[in-house]
Amino acid sequence: MIVVRLIMQTVILALAQIWTNKVRAVLAMLLIAVGAGSLVLVTGGFEGFKKNILKEFSSVGANKVWVFPRRPPEARDRFSWRQIRMNVKEADGMLAKCPSLERLTPVLEFTADVQFGDRRRPVVKVQGIRPIWHEIEQRFVTAGRPFSEIDLEAVRNVCMVNDKAIEEFGLPGGGPGNYILVGGRRFLIVGVVETKAVSPMFGQNDVQSEVYIPFNTAMAMKPDWGIFVIAQTKRPELFEDAKAEITFYMRKIRNLKADDPNTFGVEAIEQYIAQIKRITTLIQVFAGALTMVALIVGGIAIMVIMLVSVTERTREIGLRKAVGAKPGTILMQFLVEAVVLCLVGAAVGLAVGFIVVMGLKVIPNSPLPESAVPTWAALLALVFCGGVGVIFGMLPAMKAARLDPIEALRHE
Amino acid sequence: MTIRLSSIQKIYKVGVERVHALRGVDLEIKRGEFVAIMGSSGSGKSTLMNILGCLDRPSNGEYVLNGKPVAKMGASALAEVRNQEIGFVFQSFELLPRSSALQNVMLPLIYSPKRWLGARKRARHALERVGLGERVKHRPNQLSGGQRQRVAIARALVNEPSILLADEPTGNLDSKTSEEIIALFKRLHSDGQTIVIVTHEEDIAGHAERIVRLKDGRVMSDRKTAEDPIHREYLDRMAVAAADMAKHDAANAASNGERSPAIPGLPGSGEPRVTVAGAGSASPAVVRPGGAGGGA
Repeated sequence: MIVVRLIMQTVILALAQIWTNKVRAVLAMLLIAVGAGSLVLVTGGFEGFKKNILKEFSSVGANKVWVFPRRPPEARDRFSWRQIRMNVKEADGMLAKCPSLERLTPVLEFTADVQFGDRRRPVVKVQGIRPIWHEIEQRFVTAGRPFSEIDLEAVRNVCMVNDKAIEEFGLPGGGPGNYILVGGRRFLIVGVVETKAVSPMFGQNDVQSEVYIPFNTAMAMKPDWGIFVIAQTKRPELFEDAKAEITFYMRKIRNLKADDPNTFGVEAIEQYIAQIKRITTLIQVFAGALTMVALIVGGIAIMVIMLVSVTERTREIGLRKAVGAKPGTILMQFLVEAVVLCLVGAAVGLAVGFIVVMGLKVIPNSPLPESAVPTWAALLALVFCGGVGVIFGMLPAMKAARLDPIEALRHE
Repeated sequence: MTIRLSSIQKIYKVGVERVHALRGVDLEIKRGEFVAIMGSSGSGKSTLMNILGCLDRPSNGEYVLNGKPVAKMGASALAEVRNQEIGFVFQSFELLPRSSALQNVMLPLIYSPKRWLGARKRARHALERVGLGERVKHRPNQLSGGQRQRVAIARALVNEPSILLADEPTGNLDSKTSEEIIALFKRLHSDGQTIVIVTHEEDIAGHAERIVRLKDGRVMSDRKTAEDPIHREYLDRMAVAAADMAKHDAANAASNGERSPAIPGLPGSGEPRVTVAGAGSASPAVVRPGGAGGGA
């Protein structure tokens, strides 16, 4: 009970003193508010930035897994290309043995000289795909039709292009129905594949002309070429399971011994996402820590102001001591004053920071629409400001507490 | 027994030198007494007052205040003793400028959490006791000097201290206001309040029941006011001065008739209370030529 009263007493005293020195208090608070506000703003804005990056990455393909041939870096010369390169049999057997996978397509990718009329591009990306590719990549046909099973079975010379190719080659009638030359062969364009809305981060202006042909046609054109597999897991969080299953399946089918390295690679976008999450959080914390420098500057300002205040109020402190204020009470009073100053400053800073971050979310065409102040940042700001108050308030408070009442009352 | 000091010594170290401010002071003050402590500067009266007020500790000796031995107490314990047992009145009032009279009076209560309940009522009551019941909300700069000192006295009284310790309480006041403050002290004394006044003014000390004179850190004399030879000599001198002045005034009035009453501003010119009021200004040596020659 007495303790509660004493705490109330010191808090009330501190508030009263702050109130009697309004201007000075407001200035000190302002510095702290700037520090706390920038902490909240930086971390909040960065939160939006982080979410943006993650969103971009998942748009590239959440729950996608790539399986591709890879020479083991630790034993580059042990395996021949023939042993390393993937074949269709491996790709087709994978789905049955890997229960975490929803669907997959082998892809054969090469570049070829593409020609339409007098327009010619020497290096155009050509991908041999199966129809299910559209589901996995979430890129569908906007005009014409996708490949049919007959296209594959009959190894037809049909192709699909993207919008960029239509534009680049000046294909009339929107594309389908025209014939183009791909690596010297004549292909009928049957469909247009939508261009994926890739974020500005990945360079929208960099979309290249793309040509898609049936997987079997590609195999016929480049029989010795290596293929890779794009698979889709049933759920995004299954990527570790999928990787394990694929690794097991591939090692088994390739008859790798226990101490043989993998002659293939398995990568999932999820693992990059997790990594990016870690890195961006690290940067966020670092940026937040930098703004704490501002808080420390604010703390020093509070200390200076409090020291001036103690000197100025020496007589008053003497009087308070004469009428019965204990050294501990005086110490607490000044300490609480510093802490209250800091916390009020922090509250103001947090409020402003929150409002600005809210603004980042609300304004049209905001670059950071997903900004949000992380709870940890707000709590950190409060705790840190309180700590700044204690640390930088301690020196002035001790100076006040140690004043000799007789000397203090004589002070001019 | 409220105060008992026995062989109090206070030694200050100034560099390598040791200054004996008090060289063994014995003093007893009973409950309800009104004591004046006098002495010239360097006599140790400030040091004695600081020790009496528990602002300082003696180097040697015993000090029992209201049954508590306080000579060896630590800073916190002394602060509590000051809060509970002592009411200070300072020469320059020491009011918080930005606080109202009521808040100023409440200050000691803030530091005694036991008395938080009804603190406001207590403070108001203390202000009524000193005749400032109507000035509760005024700030010090809205009050006259006398009123400020009354607020300070109310603050000293608010915790019902064992002793009211006043250090030159009229030192910053004009003579008329001084009288009022002294009258207030007398009233408080008649209510049973123990009062110790530290002063160098004989006429202020004359209102106390007892005068303790210090010299070179020792008690030189400790007598009832009426029996104090120095004070009696002072009263005699004052009487002579007053008679002189009255004679001079009469002579002045006779030579240029209506002139004397035409200067009402002159303190106590021709009035019988000159003995008390005129004395506040300075020593009698100044009163004699100044009151007459300067006025005419």
